[in-house]
Amino acid sequence: MSKIQDAFKNGKAFIPFITCGDPDLETTGKIVRAMADAGADLIELGIPFSDPTAEGPVIQGANIRALAGGVTTDKIFDFVKELRKDVAVPLVFMIYANVVFSYGIERFAAACAESGIDGLILPDVPFEEKEEFAPAFRQRGIDFISLIAPTSEQRIAEIAKDAEGFLYLVSSLGVTGERAEIRTDLETIVSSIRANTEIPVAIGFGISTPEQAAGMAKLADGVIVGSAIVRRIASQGRSAAGTVAEFTAEMKRAIR
Amino acid sequence: MTNPNGRFGIHGGQYIPETLMNAVIELEKAYNFYKNDPQFNAELETLFNEYANRPSRLYFAEKMTRDLGGAKIYLKREDLNHTGAHKINNVLGQALLAKKMGKTRLIAETGAGQHGVATATAAALMGMECVVFMGEEDTKRQALNVYRMRLLGAEVIPVTSGTATLKDAVSEAMREWTNRIDDTHYCLGSVMGPHPFPTIVRDFQAVISREIKAQMLEKEGRLPDAVMACVGGGSNAIGTFYHFIPDESVRLIGCEAAGRGIDTFETAATINTGKLGIFHGMKSYFCQDEYGQIAPVYSISAGLDYPGIGPEHAYLHDIGRAEYVAVTDDEAVNAFEYLSRTEGIIPAIESAHAVAHAMKIAPQMEKDKIIVITISGRGDKDCAAIARYRGEDIHE
Repeated sequence: MSKIQDAFKNGKAFIPFITCGDPDLETTGKIVRAMADAGADLIELGIPFSDPTAEGPVIQGANIRALAGGVTTDKIFDFVKELRKDVAVPLVFMIYANVVFSYGIERFAAACAESGIDGLILPDVPFEEKEEFAPAFRQRGIDFISLIAPTSEQRIAEIAKDAEGFLYLVSSLGVTGERAEIRTDLETIVSSIRANTEIPVAIGFGISTPEQAAGMAKLADGVIVGSAIVRRIASQGRSAAGTVAEFTAEMKRAIR
Repeated sequence: MTNPNGRFGIHGGQYIPETLMNAVIELEKAYNFYKNDPQFNAELETLFNEYANRPSRLYFAEKMTRDLGGAKIYLKREDLNHTGAHKINNVLGQALLAKKMGKTRLIAETGAGQHGVATATAAALMGMECVVFMGEEDTKRQALNVYRMRLLGAEVIPVTSGTATLKDAVSEAMREWTNRIDDTHYCLGSVMGPHPFPTIVRDFQAVISREIKAQMLEKEGRLPDAVMACVGGGSNAIGTFYHFIPDESVRLIGCEAAGRGIDTFETAATINTGKLGIFHGMKSYFCQDEYGQIAPVYSISAGLDYPGIGPEHAYLHDIGRAEYVAVTDDEAVNAFEYLSRTEGIIPAIESAHAVAHAMKIAPQMEKDKIIVITISGRGDKDCAAIARYRGEDIHE
């Protein structure tokens, strides 16, 4: 049982996402601490990538700002180590395969373990390619979190049976970003997941309001929100921590 | 050459979001069925011959041969295909396959615009909807092709993310495909991306080397000593190489875009300057920094301005079967002008990279040696840009 499972013990989990170094690591540190204090149960930290092919314009913007600010993988590991001195909430990296691969999978996994990362999500590594990455993390007690999409259908069983940490259920087709409504039949997907695993399910992509979050929380064990937070950081910059904390508290209340 | 997981040695694979996995699995199943279906193959052959003007000529460039004073030079005239480039071979195959799969909409990325024009053409012919993603920078470099695509009924979406060139057009087309899969086929333009694209595109382009081999045996009664082509993603090059891979006596030479030189940051020569990585669905070589951030590559040629190379090329490089050389902007522009003046053939600036390398090696080869250069496309689209490169301000 990994630390990630703890995130689902306090009612429905609220899982915010932010990109490290947007606009700088000092601000990221303030926002992470503010979100943890405001009730975030698990925090997804994005390591920026030059070409994030699964992201919509809002998170693409965060990637560009972070890279322009000079953040690197090594600086992020140092940052997480520093963060871990006073932040206990489970942390997972959300990161594109090439950033891990170019660092060296073993070396990256060791640095994750050393800095206190609990899991990782690689949006461009599906089930078929997972074993290239997962073992190095598994042996260090770091969960390799799998995604299930509205198009997964017959793939759900094998992905769910093999899942670690939690399952990231993608709510909609397309890339990340806020959506007015979510039409996927998530109930059916969640029940096929439940038939194959006891691991918690969190729904992400397109969720931006407390109402949407409450609806999703009825179906699953947690709710992941990225663009709605990143948009607030984009507009408030270095002083975004307060707004993001309020939003986090509001979302956590809505899904309780 | 492909193993069942879509690997070429260590390269290839399927590094894509879960949302797209069933789409590529369905595509692979459909392709494995239709590639052996006599009716599909007969329809494709008719399209190749009656519509696309195949087989393309293998032309003996006598003046160029005499002028360079070494190996005998033949040009494989893919520039004479309908739409003016090799891209139509792949597009007709994929569009026909998509149609058989019940898809009604094609999306594509394009760099120089040749693949976009070919896709728009096939969509018009087959009555399909078409959306082409093109880097905003490239829509300026290749304004004429933007108009051609619109004329053919396609919607052209300028991509402003990243460097606003080919890699960003690929990223945006992938994003659009995850958004709309049911009725849409992503008609990828090169031997890249996730399995099965590198195999499908290669098989449709392999017609180039199949024809070269037959034409060469007819004209010379033997195999050539070297075949060469320009390489961005590498579709015309793999098409040129494929049927010669088992013939060890035939040198396979891919010509990458060095841009302002492989010792500068303004280059797109992946094999010469890149390292192993994972991007756009595949493992292969990519131009990238020490943290795996994809490099903003540069070449005068919009079609070669891509930071990666197809996985089968990466494998042919690893095993030493093919050579990959770098050709600068300057050398390519010289070759563009040279072939125009010497043979009356204006090559695409992409293809001019291969011509440039032939100009280097032909004089050093014996007169009884034979080189084949694939002229992957025609150069009309490049005239305004080359004129500007030479300081002449002309507008299309």
